[in-house]
Amino acid sequence: MGADLAIPVFEPWTDPQAKPLIQFQNVTKRFGDFTAIDDLTIDIFEREFFALLGPSGCGKTTMMRMLAGFEAPTEGKIFLAGQDIAPVPPNQRAVNMMFQSYALFPHLSVWENIAFGLKREGLPRNDINARVEEMLRLTRLEKFARRKPHQISGGQRQRVALARSLAKAPKLLLLDEPLGALDKKLREETQFELMDIQEKTGTTFVIVTHDQEEAMTVASRVAVMDNGKVMQVATPADIYEAPNSVYVADFIGDVNLIEGTVTATGEGVYALHWREGAAPLVVKSPNTISDGQIAHLAIRPEKVTISADKPESADNAVQGKVLDIAYLGNLSTYHVELPTGDVIKAQTANTRRISRRAYTWEDTVWLSWTATGGVLLGE
Amino acid sequence: MKRLSAFNVVSLTLGFAFLYIPMLILILFSFNESKLVTVWAGFSTKWYGELMQNEAMLQAAWVTVKVAVFSSTIATVLGTMAAYVMVRGGRFMGRTLFSGMIYAPLVMPEVITGLSLLLLFIGIGLDRGVLTIVLAHTTFAMCYVSVVVSSRLATFDRSLEEAALDLGCSQAQAFRLVTLPIIAPAVVSGWLLAFTLSLDDLVIASFTTGPAATTLPIKIFSAVRLGVSPEINALSTIMIGIVTVGVISASLISKRALVKQRREEQEAVRTA
Repeated sequence: MGADLAIPVFEPWTDPQAKPLIQFQNVTKRFGDFTAIDDLTIDIFEREFFALLGPSGCGKTTMMRMLAGFEAPTEGKIFLAGQDIAPVPPNQRAVNMMFQSYALFPHLSVWENIAFGLKREGLPRNDINARVEEMLRLTRLEKFARRKPHQISGGQRQRVALARSLAKAPKLLLLDEPLGALDKKLREETQFELMDIQEKTGTTFVIVTHDQEEAMTVASRVAVMDNGKVMQVATPADIYEAPNSVYVADFIGDVNLIEGTVTATGEGVYALHWREGAAPLVVKSPNTISDGQIAHLAIRPEKVTISADKPESADNAVQGKVLDIAYLGNLSTYHVELPTGDVIKAQTANTRRISRRAYTWEDTVWLSWTATGGVLLGE
Repeated sequence: MKRLSAFNVVSLTLGFAFLYIPMLILILFSFNESKLVTVWAGFSTKWYGELMQNEAMLQAAWVTVKVAVFSSTIATVLGTMAAYVMVRGGRFMGRTLFSGMIYAPLVMPEVITGLSLLLLFIGIGLDRGVLTIVLAHTTFAMCYVSVVVSSRLATFDRSLEEAALDLGCSQAQAFRLVTLPIIAPAVVSGWLLAFTLSLDDLVIASFTTGPAATTLPIKIFSAVRLGVSPEINALSTIMIGIVTVGVISASLISKRALVKQRREEQEAVRTA
């Protein structure tokens, strides 16, 4: 294999030459006294699958509705392909939206639902037919074209909604909790289908979700939001492995947070004094923390190793007693109580059958992790 | 089938007797041979025949239908528009006042509505006749339509209209292509309600009518004052028949549609 066959990495956000498709510039949105979006600046690039992730009420849906044209920003500007979209009404934007409730027109057939937007453009009949057929093929709905929305299943309705919003070939597709109404198995399948369709059509997708697994699976980048502010925008891997704040670390996945005072002991190496009398924890961290500052060590449970004997060469090792075991089938999470009263979670893959489990309740165990296993987060 | 207890049978019988005995008597005596309304003299349909010969009655029936069709249609258009603004207009200035005022005619005594309309028509010099009755019926039927339609709009998924806008519709197109077809059943039942209200209104019609326009309720009322004739019984029986057929077929149609939709939904779930 030559180097010329390597797949180019898609990360326009690292390229200073790339022009973003969507730009939020200091956008604020207030509803009366309530600030839904607070001075938000963000760039989204063409062909991205961008996820807005946050708890309900964090402003993610408001952001999407501003892009669709159903809300106008109180302050700031939104640009789509370099053009300020504030004066453009929703029916003239090259943006389409897939609604959380799907919002399929109950009095129209699947075919007519998909053709609805095309007919408004006044396209010739043949073009409309061809485009609808193409959409039906893309979403594997050919058999259901003549049915009404109430005559098809939830998963099929979801695909009709997707086909209808893609039919006009928008520059930008907005998806509001698109998989929220599906059960878990179907949701997982549909996530891959969505990614597949996004790649095939080359459309920029912005998805709103409160499901972090969904965001991590589908998105090229994730924006974690809280109270109208974007806390971090990064690739799923960076969000998970290098969160920039305690909020992000805690919101995404499971995490152990250990608070202490920091002293620098070398180039990027810190000692975290977390308990009187306990050995300080060694952390290598890219974030610069000044001496004497209070910080949190955020370490994921799967990065903590559990063992019966004290490990020979570990950067950090603490002893404790198994307090609880959460058995998830493929994984087990051990809640280990330290003599100080702190509880640290350690996760292991259950590569052996459960009858052969090495540790059980009340066992004394050692927990260990490397200096690079976690990140130090300042206040 | 569950057997009813004795208590339930008694309450059911009493309830239905209270509701329907007057009508049964009316229907029975419409087939009476005798001209005396309270004396049974054998079965006959001759009063139905005489009714068909009664030019004045037929004329009144025609006026009534004309008034009902026009007034209920205008009331449906106005009432639907009012309902749409009330439910969809957001919190505009004076919204509470307007919505209160729309519903006021529901509780306004008919005599007052009739009298005020009469004063208005005299004031602006409008000759009383079919036109004034149509206007009067539109006025009071409109609020009924608006109540029916706004209760449907309140449960209407707003994102359907947003989806229409998103797909390129103007506000007006979104209403015509999406909202109206979906709320159509409510609009139709609003129309039917307005139609029946207009059909049997006596008080407001007698205030606003003129010499050339006598509606059926006015005609019946004035005829009865000279004594109840079996002909009136026959006419009333026909009206009961029309209403019964209308109500039963409407409920059958909607029930069948519901059953059909249920079956299709179950089938979709099975084949999914």
